[in-house]
Amino acid sequence: MRYIISVLLENEAGALSRVAGLFSARGFNIESLTVAATNDSTLSRMTIVSIGDDNIIEQIVKQLNKLIDVVTVTDLTATEHIERELLLVKVDVNQQTQADIDKQIDIFSCKIVDLSEDTYTIELAGKSQKINDFLASLDVSKILEVSRTGVTGVCMKITS
Amino acid sequence: MKLNGAQILINSLKSEGIKHIFGYPGGAVLHIYDALNACNEIKHILVRHEQGAVHAADGYARASGKCGVALVTSGPGLTNAVTGIATAYMDSIPMVIVSGQVSSAVIGNDAFQEVDAVGITRSCVKHNFLVTDINDLANVVKKAFYIATTGRPGPVLIDITKDTTIAETEFIGYPESIDMRSYQPEIKIEANKITKAIALIVQAKKPIIYSGGGSVIGNADKTLSIFTRHTGFPITQTLMGLGAYPASDKQSLGMLGMHGTYEANMAMHDSDCIIAVGARFDDRITGNLDKFCPYAKIIHIDIDPSSVGKNVSVDVSIIGQVNDALSALIQALKDKQLADITQWWAQIETWRGVDSLAYQTKTGVIKPQSVIEALYEVTKGESIVTSDVGQHQMWVAQYYPFDKPRRWINSGGLGTMGFGLPAAMGAKLAAPEMDVACVTGEGSIQMMLQELSTMLQYNTPVKIINLNNGYLGMVRQWQEFFYDKRYSMSYMDALPDFVKLAKSYGHIGIKVEKELDLKPALVEAFKQKNRTVFLDILTDSTENVFPMIPSGAGHHEMLLAGRDNMASINDKGLNLV
Repeated sequence: MRYIISVLLENEAGALSRVAGLFSARGFNIESLTVAATNDSTLSRMTIVSIGDDNIIEQIVKQLNKLIDVVTVTDLTATEHIERELLLVKVDVNQQTQADIDKQIDIFSCKIVDLSEDTYTIELAGKSQKINDFLASLDVSKILEVSRTGVTGVCMKITS
Repeated sequence: MKLNGAQILINSLKSEGIKHIFGYPGGAVLHIYDALNACNEIKHILVRHEQGAVHAADGYARASGKCGVALVTSGPGLTNAVTGIATAYMDSIPMVIVSGQVSSAVIGNDAFQEVDAVGITRSCVKHNFLVTDINDLANVVKKAFYIATTGRPGPVLIDITKDTTIAETEFIGYPESIDMRSYQPEIKIEANKITKAIALIVQAKKPIIYSGGGSVIGNADKTLSIFTRHTGFPITQTLMGLGAYPASDKQSLGMLGMHGTYEANMAMHDSDCIIAVGARFDDRITGNLDKFCPYAKIIHIDIDPSSVGKNVSVDVSIIGQVNDALSALIQALKDKQLADITQWWAQIETWRGVDSLAYQTKTGVIKPQSVIEALYEVTKGESIVTSDVGQHQMWVAQYYPFDKPRRWINSGGLGTMGFGLPAAMGAKLAAPEMDVACVTGEGSIQMMLQELSTMLQYNTPVKIINLNNGYLGMVRQWQEFFYDKRYSMSYMDALPDFVKLAKSYGHIGIKVEKELDLKPALVEAFKQKNRTVFLDILTDSTENVFPMIPSGAGHHEMLLAGRDNMASINDKGLNLV
């Protein structure tokens, strides 16, 4: 199962490495990890996507809670939630391929954020699956560079 | 009052009521040592190796229940301390380690004696701090002690840059209390969990209490005894839990697990209700998880939620202090009728009748088990006993029945050879009125020998019981059983003359080669109240620890001395250690 875990933690030096270290030390998977300060500059929000069975996720949540810097841990997948990921992808564009790429950009509602004579840099925000689908729709040989942020998410109900 | 960082640190330690620090100076901590020199309230014990400092602080903490404190310099000082820190972490020992760090201006520049202390220790501390601003220092010290001693205790490292110790600031006093939004160790016992647990307990026909280190660390021995006696249930204790409930009591089945008694392991296997108290279902305890306690409902009391459901899934989890949980259970049991367990006790007595700790004597050879029995007799079971790691450790656990907590001090989780001697020194400083024995082997003792020198300097008399069989006995035992007697690197040749060695360090050394000399030598050693005595006892070189659950087997498949064939171990078992 794929789980999205949201962690609110003290915005202290080394906090990220405590979380990353915990995952490697205990052999947990990290599919993606994003982190940034929140509106309260003393707190960071970290969103982790991990793959595992229920027991492993239970341990991950418990072990995260055990970290001294961690304030709250929420398993977003256990509640109604919204998840988003941002993609920036640079593709090779020429006269033969342009029409097709433009069509995909239109279908997936992407934005072209930069263009040069023979490249597009395309931005797409959405669920990871949508980003996967968009990338799959492109001709692999034309993809020059892919950069994804990893998932971030929030609970739909109000939490502290 | 204007103070420098070093003075603020020492003041803070004084405010925490610290009486002893174990440490070793070096460049990065020179200012701290200068401030320490001006302080009369704290006694500094100058060890001979930083690992010894941390083990000694650990032994001090285990014997007293207080927080141990160690002080080391940057770089190699810190890396030498890491084994000690990991040892304390695995056994949940409250400890604060202060390490010096190079000046903030050169951090990250590969400066002389620089290591990333916070990075290196991250996975073996409860928490750690790097202090680069003098104004944070007192608060960090307060937090460190708070974190180390509350909840599930553990070591906390404070890494302080040298410039922080030199800088000066107006010291407004040590904080009285601290509140951390991200760390709330006070946990209230959930009433509905108690109700659920009671429902299982009153129905139990084959109950057993399985108590671990949490009962010792949580100072729950009295409540545990009341609960055990009130229910009349049998109790078995882990290596770390020994002493919380008196081993000589008839309800005690002794230790369980890999080298536990037959009655304890069989009772665990057949039980229909296990009450786990401050124990974490470690692999030494459970053996093969697929075969672990197939019939039991499990109630698990633990302060650490991550211990629950980690190895074994449980039916009721009670999160909180062991003392609080047991008190709530005792209260809830007051008007309840328990099921009749006479049959169960009759079954247990049959298992007890197997006498699984019986061993064969051989004339002319000193059996290691008999040394521990003699030690028990001579000390009347009233000594603090530390141990190193290996066969001798198991023999103490089996043949020295501890009736009180904090008397048995050993590295259970990490299994650190070299722990015993410095831990004994720390324990003696914590409890000067007590006899302290360090049971060790010729392998383990050589890992921390240098502390014999510290023990002379600070007059910490300890009786060292060296079970000298010339082998790394536990390694040899596994090679005999599981590697067709290919004794690869388990034989120790060219041993020193331990008697002369002890003497050269200013202690008394006695060699014991004959059975008849054993007890008189022990009596003589304990008569020497103010001297460290090194008893080098030549024991049976091929003796093995029994009973034994081979890796991969279940509790009911244990092997008894002289009665079972050791030949079989499955591949899955070999993967375990």
